[in-house]
Amino acid sequence: MPLSETSRLLTRKAQPLTDFARIMRRLHIDGPLLGGLLLICALGLAVLYSAVGESMRLTVNQLVRLGVALVAMLVIAQFPPDFLRRWTPWGYLAGLILLLLVLTIGEVGQGAQRWLDIGIRFQPSEIMKLAVPMFAAWYMHDRHMPPRAGALIVLALIILVPTFLIARQPDLGTALLIAASGIIVVVLAGLSIKLMIAMGVLAVPGAMVLWHFMQDYQRQRVLTLLDPDSDPLGAGYNIIQSKIAIGSGGLFGKGWTNGSQARLEFLPERDTDFIFAVLGEEFGLLGVLTLLSLYVFVIGRGLYIATQAHDTFSRLLAGSISLTFFVYVFVNTAMVSGLVPVVGVPLPLVSFGGTSMVTLMAGFGILMSIHSHRKLLPH
Amino acid sequence: MASLLSPIKDHHSERRLFLGRVIFASVLAVVLLGVVIARLVQLQVVNYEFFTERSIGNRVRMEAVPPIRGLVFDRRGRVLAENVPAYQLELIPEQVADIDDTLSRLASMGLVETDDIPRIRNLIASGPRFKPVTLRLRMTDEEVANFAIQRPRFPGVDFRPRLIRSYPHGPVVAHAVGYVGALSESDLESLDPARYAATGQTGKTGIEYSFESSLHGDPGLRHVVTNARGRVVPADTRDLEETLPSDAHPSPGDNLYLSIDLDLQLVAWNALEGRRGAVVAMDPWSGEVLALVSSPSFDPNQFASGMTTSEFAVLQTDLERPLFNRAVVGTYPPGSTIKPMLALAALESGATNLTRRSMCIGHWLLPNSTRRYRDWRPEGHGEVDLHDAIEQSCDVYFYEISGDLGIDNMHYYLDQFGLGHPTGLDVVGEASGINPSRDWKLQNRNDAWRDGDSVNISIGQGFMLATPLQLASGTSTLATRGVRYQPHLVAAWEDPLTGERTLVRPREVGRVDIANDFYWDTVIDAMNGVMQGERGTARAIGSGAPYRMAGKSGTAQVFSVPEEEEYDEDEVAERLRDHALFIAFAPVDDPQIAVAVIVENGSSGSGVAAPIARAVMDQHLGYNDAAQ
Repeated sequence: MPLSETSRLLTRKAQPLTDFARIMRRLHIDGPLLGGLLLICALGLAVLYSAVGESMRLTVNQLVRLGVALVAMLVIAQFPPDFLRRWTPWGYLAGLILLLLVLTIGEVGQGAQRWLDIGIRFQPSEIMKLAVPMFAAWYMHDRHMPPRAGALIVLALIILVPTFLIARQPDLGTALLIAASGIIVVVLAGLSIKLMIAMGVLAVPGAMVLWHFMQDYQRQRVLTLLDPDSDPLGAGYNIIQSKIAIGSGGLFGKGWTNGSQARLEFLPERDTDFIFAVLGEEFGLLGVLTLLSLYVFVIGRGLYIATQAHDTFSRLLAGSISLTFFVYVFVNTAMVSGLVPVVGVPLPLVSFGGTSMVTLMAGFGILMSIHSHRKLLPH
Repeated sequence: MASLLSPIKDHHSERRLFLGRVIFASVLAVVLLGVVIARLVQLQVVNYEFFTERSIGNRVRMEAVPPIRGLVFDRRGRVLAENVPAYQLELIPEQVADIDDTLSRLASMGLVETDDIPRIRNLIASGPRFKPVTLRLRMTDEEVANFAIQRPRFPGVDFRPRLIRSYPHGPVVAHAVGYVGALSESDLESLDPARYAATGQTGKTGIEYSFESSLHGDPGLRHVVTNARGRVVPADTRDLEETLPSDAHPSPGDNLYLSIDLDLQLVAWNALEGRRGAVVAMDPWSGEVLALVSSPSFDPNQFASGMTTSEFAVLQTDLERPLFNRAVVGTYPPGSTIKPMLALAALESGATNLTRRSMCIGHWLLPNSTRRYRDWRPEGHGEVDLHDAIEQSCDVYFYEISGDLGIDNMHYYLDQFGLGHPTGLDVVGEASGINPSRDWKLQNRNDAWRDGDSVNISIGQGFMLATPLQLASGTSTLATRGVRYQPHLVAAWEDPLTGERTLVRPREVGRVDIANDFYWDTVIDAMNGVMQGERGTARAIGSGAPYRMAGKSGTAQVFSVPEEEEYDEDEVAERLRDHALFIAFAPVDDPQIAVAVIVENGSSGSGVAAPIARAVMDQHLGYNDAAQ
């Protein structure tokens, strides 16, 4: 084999794109990411169909939302990262104003003030799920990495102000997730390890302060986690029933639509926050590992995109979106299996409900935009 | 500005730093994911069996299956109480779109009473929406047929078969057998809730109440799958067979054979002709109650199939008091029917002897008193001895010996004949009656015993009260010459599965303290004279009978006639007329039946009550045709 032949084979860049790849690239779609997401959605729909008692109406309802979210993803993917970066501060500002509006004129639902009705009814905290990491990445875009002390203070403000506003609604789960997405940006930007350890140590008194400011129901959730059997019919009921559902699923599960815990309504919130338990009950360990594998694939692809990004903003943002997605998956599965307190975090792309799905898919749209708008070296 | 605050960006080192951080984050993520997966393995593999059991425990409930209530037969195996299938109309609230409209349309079809609708609405509002609410307990065949045609118009409404208690002879044996009614919360205070988990009805009176524990049986158990709200859902439980205890069949209640003879009961019932009164017939040598009739009566089927409050109110407020069991709860002055017992007491205690004679002039005065104690016969009986006094029921003779006999002796011997205390019948709730004594009067009247009181007791009046059952028991004791057996209605138990029967043995509960057979001969001979002697008060009833019988009439005052007035039957309102009583047993030489009869306001013991006693004895001894 001549040397030129060998080097041609090794040099993938030199290979011409196939027609399919060219079309995908033109549409700014990342094939592996889209494939992984579609598989998650398909498995999620199947579980949801069982969780809502085989209601075709609700399943189609969810399917329509998925469609809307996918369209949102594809639309966002068309905007180049530079465009997104330029508009980031305005988006963040708008999000802050809406959060303040929520606290003053927002609608009260289920004991919390989260909704805003301006033509359409939505939760401004959803905007902040993307606006906070974007603004943090924007801030770091042309600054030195790792961030200096002054930059850290600014970043802390960028993250903590919306977190505080959302925690006041009160929506502790979302507030913590938004804080996490911002903190991830700071960590990826190179926050010193020493500082992280120091903050970890400070977290103990911090937790005590947090405990002091928690609502009674939030404290109850923490206490219930430590000993769910202390209140089997009250706050501990969800966790107990969820553990029974998952545990009784065994290796291969009870079979699709045969989960007695879910179908006989012992498992509460089975189509929303606790849908992971339905999966565990009906498809067993095999089912949950399959879903977790798909999540890992999507997150891995996102991190790969982050490492391939060409500028700081894109890099930090892609990393944050991917890792925040992991935080969602971890918090939900750990909560449903009784490892962390019940904080009301849905299982991404699987739980019933629309608002958060659009935000999630928009995030993946940004990833696709970042990956597909790279200026590749001409071959 | 930026260049002053931070040095020129070094894209290469920045990228390296970022890559390092991504790897750091990935490792952390993998560790966290590992924790979750380890947790899932712990739940789904290590503790799989524990959670499987809890999952089954969540949804599988043991549901009680009601046992079949034992049947009640008469002594010859004829059914007195049974279980028959009937249809009840039910509504499942969650399947009915417009409950008010449905109820009003059912009301227009006559399937629901309009008055009942508020109660039904309350029931619907208070229970879970999936639980059926009973609209009508018992539908006639016609109603079932009519509704079946209209059923498509009533989604969520349907009829369902169930077993209900049925009493084929209705009012005739109602007071003996009793009835069942809906199980109430107060019933459950005395019953074991676990045994009654699936039972809808329980005995309320009579045998049904007193033998509830043997009639009821034991409930079975079966598995049902329920959802979190307790609704039973159809589900395949075959996969659970290995992990759960198997279903248990309910065991039916015992069948009871009563000592009652339905034919005899019918004769007594018919002889009363619906008048207020009671008949109790017993086998003197065993205590078996052969007939127990209280009239007027009621239809126990109404209770078993459920009745409306207005129907119940009609029964409760009826002046004839059909629900009142006169035979065991009604207390009456026994009148002259206790004279044979007092005669025995007087002979034994020496208060009189066979040669003692009294001159009856129609009334009698206590020494040193002007109070006149009247004989029932204003013109008097002339000179009478003990035999005559019983045969003709001369009151004056007994007035005269009352002083010598004394209340202590009267109380002592009447007590041995079973008066003044419950007889121990196996149906609970019988009245004690009153067999007065010095102590009794002191406690209840706060007064000392007086000679006049003894005079009244000597003819079964005054404070004296007895139930028809006590009189029957006392008559039996006369027939057995002093051996008193405990009266009972249940003759045998039967295990419905094995057919094995347990007989109830006669139980002797006392003996009259009179050993001299001659005294018994004398008194029984006089009682025979009452019915078959030349001057007997009931000779019109007993004469010409193919067997020898002994009896005693009694007439009990309902209210006192002032001593200077005459009692005029026609002038006295029906309700104030004297009660008519009669006791009898036969045959004299080999007593097989003892009877006590009371007809409220029947005026004449020998005229009204005695024919009933005769008819009952004829029937029992096989001379029912001769009585015609």
